[in-house]
Amino acid sequence: MEVAFYLSGLVAVLATLGVITNTNPVHALLYLIVSLIAVAIVFFALGAPFAGALEIIVYAGAIMVLFVFVVMMLNLGESVVAQEKAWLTPKAWLGPSVLAAVLLLTLIATLWLGDIGKVIQGDTLTAKEVGTTLFGPWLLIVELAAMLLLAALVTASHVGRVSPPEKPAMNQETGARKEHS
Amino acid sequence: MNWLTPQVLAVFVAMAQALAILLGAVLLGAAMTVVERRLLGLWQDRYGPNRVGPFGSLQLIADMLKIFFKEDWIPPFADRTLFLLAPAIAMASLLLSFIVIPFTPALHVADWNIGLLFFLAMGGINVYSVLLGGWSSGNKYALLGAMRSSAQTISYEVFMGLALMGVVAMAGSFNLREIVNAQEGLWFIIPQFLGFCTFIIAGFAVVHRHPFDQPEAEQELADGYHVEYSSMKFGMFFIGEYVGMVLVSALTVTLFFGGWHGPLLPPIVWFALKTGFFLVLFILVRASLPRPRYDRVMSFGWKVCLPLTLLNLMVTGAAILLTTPE
Repeated sequence: MEVAFYLSGLVAVLATLGVITNTNPVHALLYLIVSLIAVAIVFFALGAPFAGALEIIVYAGAIMVLFVFVVMMLNLGESVVAQEKAWLTPKAWLGPSVLAAVLLLTLIATLWLGDIGKVIQGDTLTAKEVGTTLFGPWLLIVELAAMLLLAALVTASHVGRVSPPEKPAMNQETGARKEHS
Repeated sequence: MNWLTPQVLAVFVAMAQALAILLGAVLLGAAMTVVERRLLGLWQDRYGPNRVGPFGSLQLIADMLKIFFKEDWIPPFADRTLFLLAPAIAMASLLLSFIVIPFTPALHVADWNIGLLFFLAMGGINVYSVLLGGWSSGNKYALLGAMRSSAQTISYEVFMGLALMGVVAMAGSFNLREIVNAQEGLWFIIPQFLGFCTFIIAGFAVVHRHPFDQPEAEQELADGYHVEYSSMKFGMFFIGEYVGMVLVSALTVTLFFGGWHGPLLPPIVWFALKTGFFLVLFILVRASLPRPRYDRVMSFGWKVCLPLTLLNLMVTGAAILLTTPE
């Protein structure tokens, strides 16, 4: 399990670097998907298969599909790649990278000083345990998240309202319909 | 011979089983192409392909030879990497889903606690094959097909997951083996009839079978997302669709029709018979229904199926709470 953890962690880091440095938007999104799947495998290696499966279903399977969908519809061509290349100058990335490197050093130092022996061990969590924890001690958080999501849903359906009111996920579809009519 | 310990033997048996299931799924998917044409011919009162071999039984081999020897062309305007990646995703994500299906008490690849979630995750990954295939082709028809497909698949995956939650709640597990065992007395088709209806509709939509084959509607979109594909890369999409059919049929049997349970006959025969029934149903639906308009498909999903699945889940939850002793 430890090997799987480190390997997929490495993949996640490298893929995330790929997201930042890649100039083609769709390729960058693909790197992000790889990164998310790698994080899911990290969850599996840590003994949380339920969280890992949800990571793939929700992030890689639904949210990223919408991202790719929108980028596809924008019909970005060679000009965007050139523009991205022009923007990715040392002047642009040097400052943030130095700051991020300081944060990374702090993170590594903290991990180094803490006891890392306990990290990759423990029992495998089942979906039932996750459920009883979520709807037991953390019920308030779950309800708050539900209210927030409901508010977002209402807002989205109001903002995305065309002549007949539609649900938020229909927005993608109306765009597609306009395109082919 | 001291290396042949029981553990090593068990590993070999497991590997042989996995290989048998993989080959079985691919071959059955390939064979379904011919079976479909013959059955369509039967129902439409004409002969299907009946020239190659006795009753056209060797048509599959002829088709395979043809598709393997076609020119494998990558359009110069295509995004090469993604163009190559897309058919691989199409095939791999569907084949991987077979890992979690228990065919008989003994025959399975892996017995996971998150079995059903794994299938949903692979279904989510499968969307990318169409999406990337359509986009990387650099063709407007392919792009339109891909966009329709992804919108349709995402909408239908939402309530596909919800439709299955009733079964999960009744069996108390995501593990497909435990779900099958929970159906020993009563198949879930009876208490979960709404769940079954919505799941089978979503299943049709997710594997892009008729009447939900919007992404590749021939009349409007030439051939949709795989219009630029040729030779075996097209073959992967094509066989992938049939492998998806086999997968959804096998899952329907596992989740709603008691898996391998049945009187008299051995478990594998029962599983094969039930799966075969749903495969024929897939083809019968294609032979008999017209293709609805795209926006109707979308609003049917969101306005009819999603409320139905939510209702089903609520009633199931209430029934379980009422009948379970404190």
